[in-house]
Amino acid sequence: MNMSSAVASSPRLRWRNPSVLPGFGLTLGFTLFYLSVVVLVPLTALLLKPWTLGWDGVVSVVTEPRVLHALKLSFGGAAIAAIVNAVFGLLLAWTLVRYEFPLKRFVDALIDLPFALPTAVAGIALSALYAENGWVGGPLSGLGLKIAYTPLGVIVALIFIGLPFVVRTLEPVLADMSLDAEEAASTLGATRFQILRRVVLPALVPALITGTTLAFARAVGEYGSVIFIAGNLPMKSEIAPLLIIIKLQQFDYAGAAAIGLVMLLASFLIILALNLLQSAFAARR
Amino acid sequence: MRRPTEDSFFTRAALIAVTVGYVGLFLLLPLLIVFFSALEQGISAAFAALKDADAQYAIRLTLITAAIAVPLNAIFGICAAWAVAKYDFRGKSILTALIDLPFSVSPVISGLIYVLVFGMQGWLGPWLRDHDIKIVFALPGIVLATMFVTFPFVARELIPLMSDQGRDEEEAAVTLGASGFQMFLRVTLPNIKWGLLYGVLLCNARAMGEFGAVSVVSGHIRGLTDTMPLHVEVLYNDYQYVAAFAVASLLALLAIVTLILKSLLEWRYADEIAAVHRH
Repeated sequence: MNMSSAVASSPRLRWRNPSVLPGFGLTLGFTLFYLSVVVLVPLTALLLKPWTLGWDGVVSVVTEPRVLHALKLSFGGAAIAAIVNAVFGLLLAWTLVRYEFPLKRFVDALIDLPFALPTAVAGIALSALYAENGWVGGPLSGLGLKIAYTPLGVIVALIFIGLPFVVRTLEPVLADMSLDAEEAASTLGATRFQILRRVVLPALVPALITGTTLAFARAVGEYGSVIFIAGNLPMKSEIAPLLIIIKLQQFDYAGAAAIGLVMLLASFLIILALNLLQSAFAARR
Repeated sequence: MRRPTEDSFFTRAALIAVTVGYVGLFLLLPLLIVFFSALEQGISAAFAALKDADAQYAIRLTLITAAIAVPLNAIFGICAAWAVAKYDFRGKSILTALIDLPFSVSPVISGLIYVLVFGMQGWLGPWLRDHDIKIVFALPGIVLATMFVTFPFVARELIPLMSDQGRDEEEAAVTLGASGFQMFLRVTLPNIKWGLLYGVLLCNARAMGEFGAVSVVSGHIRGLTDTMPLHVEVLYNDYQYVAAFAVASLLALLAIVTLILKSLLEWRYADEIAAVHRH
């Protein structure tokens, strides 16, 4: 039988438990090969390329005022958008799980639109909506508020792109949450507001942090939905990914890689910190 | 009297109004304006934009790219899920984390890394030039960048699903004398087919719509390396708004079809796709 070889060879591979199922070597081999070719080797190039400029060269690229401003806008804008999404995502998830209303299925399905709609399409749509003659931008500019071609436009696009993350992370947690604790708290005399603050919200905090982290991570590197509405004015509404593209167009590969590496490392550190915060909250319960 | 776990009528009405208003403003309006702008000068102007030779080429290039990238990532996803979900081995959590890695990399960086490997000043640039092989600013680069950004979709769908299903059925099949191939075709595949379809659906939507990563490696050569999303950008920057929105509305239709199929799968086959999507 053709599986006998797999069984016979398994005791030698002490780093895994023996199994009668065939195909471990083949599938893991292909997985590692494909992962290396598509992901790991190219990412290694990003880790190594900036240093052809030397340490001082890398530092001088990423401390250029224009680069610093773009990094600040990408990270700051992503943080603001993530916080907006945390607040409204919590509210939307609560409504969609706890209440019944007409067209609820439709509204719920629409939440995933930012996942499914190509970012360039979202970009030109938002730009047309929020331009000074647009459906939304027109009335707002009457109030003296300019959105398109300002940093506010960047934030609007980042809110759009991050919207599904918080809602989709919270929904299953809310749906699985038993009403017992809420009922008990009510029997013991807690007001509805106290119940929400002391019983419901603490149970949601870990998932809320996870969803907000995902929204932030997505927004930091976002490009397609932002560049059309941003206007891309240097030192004003220019995002970091666009600067990478500009450096590449000037054939400054190492400079582009330096900005890319700094973005990647900074976002990993922030994601790591938020994940630690999330596990601290999850462990406390 | 209302139950203690129920919010007051006023709270409910207010929250539903905010939800519907927020979704309408931030999600429905952007979708509607795409179609509205495409049809601004009538349906024939929109169709003319789609029949344009460059647009036709862009559509073809997008379909070719997805036709290569999606099946490769699906095969990878099945292999990775098989290895991770059905066996116990050391380093499994590191492997799973690495598979998810592309999701936390900016699309622009996803394109950049291939320029660093295959571009003129890249590792393999001079060698490729000497052998007259084009990767960056050509189809292979576009496909590679698309593969990177859609890399985790199928795998991360199948890993939790196949872990939940365990290995009893496959072990029974093998014990009863099935070959590995028979076991996969008769036992595993029927168990995972809806989850696989779900992953492929999301993978395809992203593959056809990817903009940032492809924009970096494509070089924007009109009628040669412009995919549909890139063609939208070219037209929009050329102030050809109707044409831009006409091509964009095709992509928006793709998004709508994806969302409908996704909702159908979540509703009809809830138990057969990964637990995270059941709600």
